[in-house]
Amino acid sequence: MIDLNVDILIIGAGPAGLAAAIAAKEQGIDSILILEREDMPGGILRQCIHNGFGLHRFNEELTGPEYAQRDIDRVNELGIKIRCGTTVLSVSEDKLVTCVSSEEGFRTIKAKAIILAMGCRERPRGALCTPGTRCAGIYSAGTAQRFVNLEGYMPGRRVVILGSGDIGLIMARRMTLQGAKVLACVEIMPYSSGLNRNIVQCLEDYDIPLYLSHTVTDIKGRERVEGVTVARVDENRKPIPGTEIDFRCDTLLLSCGLIPENELSLGAGVELSPVTSGAVVDEDLETSITGIYACGNVLHVHDLVDHVSSESFRAGKAAAEYVKGIKREGRIIHVKDGFGVRGVVPQRIHGGCREDVTFMFRPASVYRNSTAVVTCGNNVIKRKKAMIFTPGEMATLTLKASELEAVQEVDGDITVSIEQEGM
Amino acid sequence: MEKLITCINCPVGCRMTVTLTEDGEFISVTGNTCKRGADYAKQECTLPLRMITAVIPVDGSDMPLSVKTASPVPKRLIKEIMKELSEVKVSAPISLGQVIIPDILNTGVDIIATRSVEK
Repeated sequence: MIDLNVDILIIGAGPAGLAAAIAAKEQGIDSILILEREDMPGGILRQCIHNGFGLHRFNEELTGPEYAQRDIDRVNELGIKIRCGTTVLSVSEDKLVTCVSSEEGFRTIKAKAIILAMGCRERPRGALCTPGTRCAGIYSAGTAQRFVNLEGYMPGRRVVILGSGDIGLIMARRMTLQGAKVLACVEIMPYSSGLNRNIVQCLEDYDIPLYLSHTVTDIKGRERVEGVTVARVDENRKPIPGTEIDFRCDTLLLSCGLIPENELSLGAGVELSPVTSGAVVDEDLETSITGIYACGNVLHVHDLVDHVSSESFRAGKAAAEYVKGIKREGRIIHVKDGFGVRGVVPQRIHGGCREDVTFMFRPASVYRNSTAVVTCGNNVIKRKKAMIFTPGEMATLTLKASELEAVQEVDGDITVSIEQEGM
Repeated sequence: MEKLITCINCPVGCRMTVTLTEDGEFISVTGNTCKRGADYAKQECTLPLRMITAVIPVDGSDMPLSVKTASPVPKRLIKEIMKELSEVKVSAPISLGQVIIPDILNTGVDIIATRSVEK
């Protein structure tokens, strides 16, 4: 039984869902509903109280809550409905969505188009294979961030952080400013995947040591963490005996990577990419199922919310056009990862595409003074030089509509690759 | 006197060497690849500035209020500003951008709310 029919249903009211809703409404679609599992819209930005968001989109540095509020205000202004406290249970191929909330109970909603905007999750302890006891005091960095910034609790007093991604670095500073002692930030790789800015302003400013090529080899404690052992690793990331350092601490925070949260997408039968762990999409962010779109961190993990917003505007606009019956034309051109490129999105485009298309990808390693190259068949379509490509920063490359015309004249797939200097 | 610093403006992360006089006045910088790097190096060696963000408790609410300095403040004041913030109490309603503490520690910079709280 269907309780409600809508034109566009959006799952998640974080920056991706909000931007997609705004774009769809601005295309003239009135029947839009956003479902959000938390009690308030804003997504992860609500707990990201530090600043640095919005430099590209608004040309100013906002905090997370401020960035989110701009989109929430616009959504309210446009009269788009958000149903908070509502968890989506399933999505089906024919766009039937079941959800549950304490106010309305179990409901079934039928949509003409669905936009998946569920975001991502942190890699948990279980996925890291860290030895040691199962005691209290081990949290993902984002969980600790939620405790401190949204719930007003301090998760511990003496802290070691495993992983030097940006959330870990940001939490090193937050915990220190709130009175905790952060003893060390431990990174298994020989480099940090965090921004230089965060290394300087979150670790160096507070004299927190960064142990590169080190990992946690033991966690001790019965009820609560009492200490961790950290050891140097070799080039195969195996701990080197004899290099152990013991830290007495009551808390271990994990900042070891983010994974798109695609359980609902899988349930619907959406094809996922093994590289991005997100859906395989075209230039409209349409997944393998017609009328189902994906954008933001559920599609691929972004570094900048500004990129999430621009990607999601595109998804919202495309979903609106789909509802209005506008179809895409032309042959399907596959977009492949070449040398030095991991997880390029979108993975396919239509030959008849008349709009600029932005490719986003993660460089596989650090490449200095190199060039990103787009080829189609044997033709070079575009080259873009950069002083540095690094895995810590998503690279973007935009093909103008005029440049896409060149693609239509040749056969074959598109490849995005990195050319190193002197090659 | 020389100081080594890493540029934070972009992922290139230039290693810069700043030459200062004995009493800490800026003379020159090398190792930067753009003007933003030079400006940052000079600022960071003479008067390093930081934005401060924090949360403070709200009377009658479980969820704390996020606040920030309206513009960057001298880095050496971070500890003192956090202490001031630990002693402030606010109550709803609060609107985004509302001044929570004016002119904190005579810096000329206000502490402002970064979200709204309804009554």
